[in-house]
Amino acid sequence: MAAEELKSGPLEYRSQEGRMGILGFWIFLGAEVVLFATLFATYAVLFGRTADAPAPSELFQSGVGMTLVMTFLLLTSSFTCGIAVHEMRKGNAKGLATWLIITLVLGLGFLGLEIYEFNHYVHEGATLPSSAYWSAFFVLAGTHGLHVTLGIGWAICLLIQLKQRGLTNVTSRKFFVVSLYWHFLDVIWIFIFTGIYLTGMVL
Amino acid sequence: MALDEFFVTGEPLIYAGMVSIALVSAAIIFLLTYFKRWGWLWREWLTTVDHKKIGIMYILSALVMLFRGGADALMMRMQLAFPSLEFLNAQHYNEIFTTHGTVMIIFMAMPFLIGLMNIIVPLQIGARDFAFPFVNALSFWSFFLGAMLFNISFVIGGSPDAGWTSYTPLAGAAMSPGPGQNFYLMGLQLSGIGTLATGINLMVTILKMRAPGMKLFHMPIFTWSTLVTCFIIVFAFPILTVALALLTIDRIFGSQFFTLTGEGLPMMWANLFWMWGHPEVYIVILPAFGIFSEVIATFAKKRLFGYSAMVWSMIIIALLSFIVWVHHFFTMGAGAFVNSVFSVSTMLIAVPTGVKIFNWLGTLYKSKIEFTVPMLWSLAFIPSFILGGVTGVMLGMAAADYQFHNSYFLVAHFHYVLIAGTVFACFAGLVYWYPKMFGHKMNERIGKWAFWLFLIGFHVCFFPQYFLGLDGMPRRLFVTNIAEWLPLNVISTVGAFGMGAGFAVFVFNIYYSYRYSEREKTGDAWGHGRTLEWSTTTPVPFYNFATVPYVDEIDPYVRMKEEGKTTFDEKKLKPIHMPSYTGQPIIMMGFLAFASFALIFEWIPLAIVGLLLAVGSMIYRSFDYDDGYYVPVDEIKRTERKARGL
Repeated sequence: MAAEELKSGPLEYRSQEGRMGILGFWIFLGAEVVLFATLFATYAVLFGRTADAPAPSELFQSGVGMTLVMTFLLLTSSFTCGIAVHEMRKGNAKGLATWLIITLVLGLGFLGLEIYEFNHYVHEGATLPSSAYWSAFFVLAGTHGLHVTLGIGWAICLLIQLKQRGLTNVTSRKFFVVSLYWHFLDVIWIFIFTGIYLTGMVL
Repeated sequence: MALDEFFVTGEPLIYAGMVSIALVSAAIIFLLTYFKRWGWLWREWLTTVDHKKIGIMYILSALVMLFRGGADALMMRMQLAFPSLEFLNAQHYNEIFTTHGTVMIIFMAMPFLIGLMNIIVPLQIGARDFAFPFVNALSFWSFFLGAMLFNISFVIGGSPDAGWTSYTPLAGAAMSPGPGQNFYLMGLQLSGIGTLATGINLMVTILKMRAPGMKLFHMPIFTWSTLVTCFIIVFAFPILTVALALLTIDRIFGSQFFTLTGEGLPMMWANLFWMWGHPEVYIVILPAFGIFSEVIATFAKKRLFGYSAMVWSMIIIALLSFIVWVHHFFTMGAGAFVNSVFSVSTMLIAVPTGVKIFNWLGTLYKSKIEFTVPMLWSLAFIPSFILGGVTGVMLGMAAADYQFHNSYFLVAHFHYVLIAGTVFACFAGLVYWYPKMFGHKMNERIGKWAFWLFLIGFHVCFFPQYFLGLDGMPRRLFVTNIAEWLPLNVISTVGAFGMGAGFAVFVFNIYYSYRYSEREKTGDAWGHGRTLEWSTTTPVPFYNFATVPYVDEIDPYVRMKEEGKTTFDEKKLKPIHMPSYTGQPIIMMGFLAFASFALIFEWIPLAIVGLLLAVGSMIYRSFDYDDGYYVPVDEIKRTERKARGL
């Protein structure tokens, strides 16, 4: 397994372990795409099945400002995450840490707003058990939110490891992988924003 | 919760089950203590990350599960042959056909094949272990604990009883209250994590760790079948994960996905389940095709006929497997157009499968066949599987399916493909690679007894079921007191006990061979090995290959033998990097299993505690930078010289 160590190129790709880890994570993201695709399909099938609960158009129209801010926060966080990896490639551990912390703060802002939003819907009478449609909504958006939460916790662990060990083949691979994860969640959110919120407003 | 709600009570068969579980557990604990083997068990097996040992644990567990599923089957056959004895009541019968199906597919067929992949694939491609050995151990423990969780349900809490397909609304909270159905959901969820991880792991292993020079189209066919299977696993298992999660949330937290209230859609479960379930069928059959191809080429002593056609047909089958799921419920009423589309896509699968059949026949054509036990299983597979395949095409015709649907015709069909395909392959593969795993062959004479008993029993058991189906006998029926069905049911039961006897002889053979079989002296046990796994010494050293060979052709070991070469080159020895053993996988999965058990009984605070412990152990793992160790050249030299008699 101690195959050829490369002397140049990005740190995270230099060792065989690093290359395999990154490929494995890409495949895992493929599986995650299927997971979210299934949830989106479920949502689409159950669309309009609101039973006695409020219709989504009522709630989404009044809350569109907030979901727009959430979208803005998450898209920006993907950008800052990209800068963080850029700094890492330049060998700047401090820049990596700074930009990653900014990313996490934006992510936390997103999460806070999402919790507030869910809470608001529940008060309006749209809860997980209230109808098939709302079950699908909460589970789809909630699964995304749970992923964001895990991503934040994971990145915090990595920041501590960066402080302990600095930039090595291993830590840079871990940061690169968490950045892939973060961008992936951003892409999913774009589908949620357009597929759930914008579509839900007009239909 | 009162104790009599926790334990299942009032059923003599289940009391007997409890007693035997207690006795077996006590015996294991006693033996381990008496022979002071606890440390050995922990150091050598429970903490291992070696793919060969993990593979052996998979296969052992799968054999135990085959016993459990088989016992379920025999109880059902008893009931159906002698309905007036009232051996089982309706509830118990429902539970048993549910656990039989689930155990056989999820906890027997898949782990058996994954076990063989674990041991053989790295050896076939010249790798020293999996890409992620730690994850491999994690996968095994997730499967094992998931299986245990599911199996314990019949004495604690009550078995699931809604069929292995667990259709809603029957499986929902309203019609199946209590922990039974939760056992199904959590058991499958827990073991599903491991299957997905194995899929990713093997894919990276095959794509990144092949011996230098080995292109994809130089790989042994079993490795190819594994790669294609992993592709299906990665894209099908998340669907099951979601389906199980949605039903769990329905049952425990009151959502309305599959309910009859709140505008839920019960038939969506059938769609989600089979969008995973049909690819799953190919997850258990493609590796079987791979095993048969290896065995047939070896004992026909020829290169596999139509190697690239074999590969491409597997790839086409894998793609088609995702677009046929509706054929499991043509009678749902999706309309003529939808049914026609899925009817055509279903029948299309017969084309690449037919290609494979002709390639096997082409390999056998004009060859000097050696009739060893693995070859017998493979030769029996071809005609038996065709019987299953052709009836599958009959079922695939949507209009005709309205007659066959949920009858014993269907039961006979899928047992013909799953047993003649998957189970024969498991036996063939185990016997074929047995010398590589344990350093001695299984006894051929006893093996032939097991083969003939099982093969004849199989046909006697399932062939009459086609006719029972055509006579209108529905599946999952507990009383068959209709006179014209009775004779065929009795014949079928006789066959089932024949299969049971075959399995018993097979297991006896494991013991007999351990005691009396000649120990292997060379690595190439059958004398006709064609692929790299036979070039290793027996027993295989823990690092597999001291020096990795250069490979630029199919069946490289054939030429190596002709030229008198080995893969070992003492001049090229370098220290070998190996991963350290660790107890983290079993502990991590133990926490998750604890959380799942609590969730099954809807003890939410305990489930949260288990989940937090699991997350904590993952964080611990993230901070653990154990990088493995290097095996020094001296040690490799000593091991290899001893094994090769240099």
